[in-house]
Amino acid sequence: MTTHDIELTVNETEVELTVDSRTLLVHALREDLDYTGPKVGCESSKCGACTVELDGDAVKSCTVLAVQADGASVRTVEGFADGDDLHPIQQQFSAEHGLQCGYCTPGMVTTTKHLLESNPDPTREEIRTALKGNICRCTGYQNVVNAVESAAAALAAGEGESAPDDVELQTDYPTPGED
Amino acid sequence: MFPPHFDYHRASSIDDALDVLERHRDDDPRILAGGHSLLPDLKNGRASPDVLVDIGEIDGLRGIESGVDVESDTDHGTGQTAIGALTTYADVLESDHLERHAPVLTDATRVLADLQIRNRGTVGGNLTAAEPGADLPAAALAADATIHVRGPDGERTIDAGEFLGADGSESALGERELVTEIRVPPSPTGGYAKKTHPASGYAMVGVAAVLEIDTETIADARVAATGVLEHAVRLTAVEDALVGERVDEAIETAAERAGETIDPADARSDDHASGEFRVHLLSTYAAQALERAMEVDA
Ligand SMILES: Cc1cc2nc3c(=O)[nH]c(=O)nc-3n(C[C@H](O)[C@H](O)[C@H](O)COP(=O)(O)OP(=O)(O)OC[C@H]3O[C@@H](n4cnc5c(N)ncnc54)[C@H](O)[C@@H]3O)c2cc1C
Ligand code: FES
Ligand code: FES
Repeated sequence: MTTHDIELTVNETEVELTVDSRTLLVHALREDLDYTGPKVGCESSKCGACTVELDGDAVKSCTVLAVQADGASVRTVEGFADGDDLHPIQQQFSAEHGLQCGYCTPGMVTTTKHLLESNPDPTREEIRTALKGNICRCTGYQNVVNAVESAAAALAAGEGESAPDDVELQTDYPTPGED
Repeated sequence: MFPPHFDYHRASSIDDALDVLERHRDDDPRILAGGHSLLPDLKNGRASPDVLVDIGEIDGLRGIESGVDVESDTDHGTGQTAIGALTTYADVLESDHLERHAPVLTDATRVLADLQIRNRGTVGGNLTAAEPGADLPAAALAADATIHVRGPDGERTIDAGEFLGADGSESALGERELVTEIRVPPSPTGGYAKKTHPASGYAMVGVAAVLEIDTETIADARVAATGVLEHAVRLTAVEDALVGERVDEAIETAAERAGETIDPADARSDDHASGEFRVHLLSTYAAQALERAMEVDA
């Protein structure tokens, strides 16, 4: 067994760690570095839950060795929000109910960012094609596509500015069974 | 699913990669490029090398270059275009030059896997892994590509058909040989059509077609299929039926002959599709590929 000392820049913070040759990037992020945003769904490059940005490109981190990423920059979904202000893509996933359990969402959001950077005004068909590698077991995708459309509009209107339909996150949900 | 244990070396240059491969010649060394065939193979036990040689950081192996002016619209010269082995599918799709020079490659790459995989997988890896339903082997055959390799005995070039074992023989790539680039001659007319497997994304059947047209007549045709056999294969009956015919008349009758040269008993048969069904699909996708080839004829 061989180990390697590697350096990563994760969400703009430089980190050094020691990994086995065979450690997958997603496991290094989640288990060694506590970035649990990227999820492990299939561990076989099919579901997209583990999608992160590697040197600016959306990739499936279950199909990259951590040691292959030595020297690279990684952005996980934890790196999207600016303090308490969600990224416009995250805001729109929330506003459009583009998630239910949320397991696929970090990957969806990361792939969406990649899409909108190269194609700021995609058609619904283009959105579906871009998200082909992100599987969602809950939403039926309709609201996901809505969220990406709204995110494109929000980003076009001016990133960072609070959009008029800025999301109020509701946290005081009633307990089921109580009225 | 964890890969088994192995030693990992990151190569700093082609020479360094060849050195490491030579030094570890008894450890079943494997080259690692985009990793999107090799890592799945490691995880599920189809491969268990003791040493991986990562060529992913060798910058000289990445990029698309031509002897002609990439910026101009009139680049149908005689120069070949070279695609570095490490060029990703996303890089291929970004190249306007390649889309004009060899549109069959662009067309096949467009429907290959998904966005994340297209950011990572490489042209050289795709042709070397040459998985049965992979898209680029058919496109490379139709594009009349040559594969440039370097190994213990120096440099050589291999015709795509030999490299891919298109006649059913073993790939001509030798042990510890490294693919450096893929070269394609100009072929401004080309298209690819694929019956995508709904779960895996690979081609159940995929057909690539390149036509050379001389005043409404088909002067030359290269048509190849993936998914139907274990290796990509030329559809010679379609090619023969096209050459010498008028473009607007030939496609349908030629495409009907797509299954002629493949015995359904030899075709891949699995839970998803029988060999017979795969051969049956060939005509439909050959017709679509030829139609697409006509569309991009500028
Ligand atoms: C979920 C999923 C879906 C996919 N869908 C498709 C699809 O629809 N169509 C399709 O065509 N492909 C598909 N693929 C395969 C994908 O395109 C791979 O990227 C490709 O087959 C291999 O390229 P790679 O760069 O990832 O190579 P690697 O996995 O790194 O290497 C593959 C093999 O080639 C060898 N190799 C790589 N580069 C070189 C080189 N320069 N010289 C010598 N040997 C080399 C390696 O040693 C290894 O044996 C899919 C993969 C996954 C995981
Ligand atoms: S966990 Fe990586 S693609 Fe499913
Ligand atoms: S919201 Fe549950 S998997 Fe997508």
